[in-house]
Amino acid sequence: MVPLSYYLVLSGILFACGVTGFLIKRNIITIFMSIELMLNGVNLSFVAFAAHWHLLSGQVFVFFVMVVAAAEAAVGLAIIIAVQRNRETLNVDRVNLLKL
Amino acid sequence: MLQLVIFLVFGALCVAGAVNLLVQRHPINSALSLIVVMASLAVEFLLLGAEFVAAVQVIIYAGAIMVLFVFVIMLLNAGEEEATKGSRVAMLLGVPAVVVGSGLVAWVLVEHSSAQSAEALLGAPRTIGWMLFHEFLLPFEITSVLVLIAIIGAVVLASRLDTSTPEPGSRAAQLDKMGSVGQLREAGSPVEPVGAQNRRQG
Amino acid sequence: MLSVTTFVIVSVIKTVIAIFVLLTAVAYSVWLERKVVGHIQNRWGPTRVGPFGLLQPLADGVKFLMKEDLTPPYVYKPLYIAAPMIAVIFALTSIAVIPVGNWVNIGSIQTPLQITDVNIGLLIVLGITSMGVYGVALAGWSSNSKYSLLGSLRASAQMVSYEIALGLSLIGVLIMSGSFSLREIVDAQAGHFWGFIPNWNVFRGQEVAFFIYLMAAFAETNRVPFDLPEAETELVAGYHTEYSAMKFAMFFMAEYANMITVACLASLLFLGGWHGPLFGPHILQEILPLFWFFLRVFGFLFLYIWIRGTLPRFRYDQLMNFGWKFLFPLAVTNLVITALIVALKS
Repeated sequence: MVPLSYYLVLSGILFACGVTGFLIKRNIITIFMSIELMLNGVNLSFVAFAAHWHLLSGQVFVFFVMVVAAAEAAVGLAIIIAVQRNRETLNVDRVNLLKL
Repeated sequence: MLQLVIFLVFGALCVAGAVNLLVQRHPINSALSLIVVMASLAVEFLLLGAEFVAAVQVIIYAGAIMVLFVFVIMLLNAGEEEATKGSRVAMLLGVPAVVVGSGLVAWVLVEHSSAQSAEALLGAPRTIGWMLFHEFLLPFEITSVLVLIAIIGAVVLASRLDTSTPEPGSRAAQLDKMGSVGQLREAGSPVEPVGAQNRRQG
Repeated sequence: MLSVTTFVIVSVIKTVIAIFVLLTAVAYSVWLERKVVGHIQNRWGPTRVGPFGLLQPLADGVKFLMKEDLTPPYVYKPLYIAAPMIAVIFALTSIAVIPVGNWVNIGSIQTPLQITDVNIGLLIVLGITSMGVYGVALAGWSSNSKYSLLGSLRASAQMVSYEIALGLSLIGVLIMSGSFSLREIVDAQAGHFWGFIPNWNVFRGQEVAFFIYLMAAFAETNRVPFDLPEAETELVAGYHTEYSAMKFAMFFMAEYANMITVACLASLLFLGGWHGPLFGPHILQEILPLFWFFLRVFGFLFLYIWIRGTLPRFRYDQLMNFGWKFLFPLAVTNLVITALIVALKS
């Protein structure tokens, strides 16, 4: 049988990869995908704890996380399309007109 | 025993997909690695007994959200990534820091969490539906409003804003012809010529 | 209950038989289409290769294997090679949860005529349908040609739009049967009402859902009248323009395998699966449900091919309007009315 800590460690590794991707990548779409990776790691944590404490609320909450991720992905990708249309670039380092 | 083997195989696939997302330079490869991560996570959910959540993960996350990502990558013709000065610094300092940090978290988790196994809790669709409509009714309704807002927002943001065409010869028509980059250049800000970045990549 | 080794061996045998039957069915549905469309257009179909042209699929298979497999130099190679494989894999996978008959006793082993009976069979089929969009999207993009890209964008947008109406139309069936498991949905349709009308879902209130499902499924499988993305006069050949020989054959197989899956699902969910009059000796009674099921699937395939020979195709904006502004609200209305009636009855 698989101990709870194994699931939590896997979830932590996925979250850490998501954070790393968010910090080191410069393409907007890849940064967005790192956010989705973080959300997936958190989903695994929720479901693992739901199994551990025998509460179904963990699994229901994963449902809500997915819905929010879907809404965020839709709006975020629309923003990315608008950025590409206006600044002709997908590199976050070049969207810097508001910098002092 | 079989459960441990399945967990390790698909856990390794998850981590490999996540690391591949970081390593790949072209966004389409990162998107496909993320799909692999999501599919392996669906198997992990099945191991934990969450059958409805696993099915919804495949249908919605891997089957709709990632399709949206792949569409946008295809439409915007995203090229390979270039490593700027900021990203090189982040890679040099950030990756070891995250490795050390996550190693610390993993060590604490393994040491201090109970060694009892997480048995599968059967998340039948019927019980999840019951909870959604009884205990979690308010979040359910609020998320439906949220999705409606997201739909309207996405359509508005991605549509072109010039719904009225200005009369030819006017200042508005001239500005329209120059485009946003041209307007910035005319205002005197240091904007690179259009396509210079693409040319530099190719 | 079977022991683990027996279970594994029986499952492997069932999988091999299912894949073999499915691939043969795909090959012969191509033959059926050519014959039927030929007769609709007042000509014979294939007649030369074997009696009634029955060996034509064999000849086609040999042709595809021996054609030159040309990979253009400007394609994005990993995805170009992977996309047809993805399409075929997801087209063939849904056979795993589709039941074709009751439990049978072979010697001392009791096994269902289904590779695996999961609690969420219907959701798995929907999930596999959602993943099937990737084969189309990646094929068009990796081909690096404008016809392919446009065709694949249109095809994937069409598939994603009609998935919604497809899923919603199935929820009516779900509410009436109370379970996601395909076997239980079929078992809920046993028996008759009013003496002679069978208890199928299509007669028990899901008529509208049946037609929504049919139309959405036609659009999902990119068949006429929704086949603009692969029409020769519009976009050369859409997303499989740059593919030749075996890779093109894989897309072809994936399309027909999707058709067969849709036909199987429609028979299971709306037409009562394998229920039909049982008569005769015991061995005949074991085989008859299989026969009734295949009769229904054959009927649906014939309907698919008949419509292909008869209707013109939709323009792309008409197609998207139809999916979003007509089918989707209709499916939601059907869902609300079904839910109200079931809730008020119980």
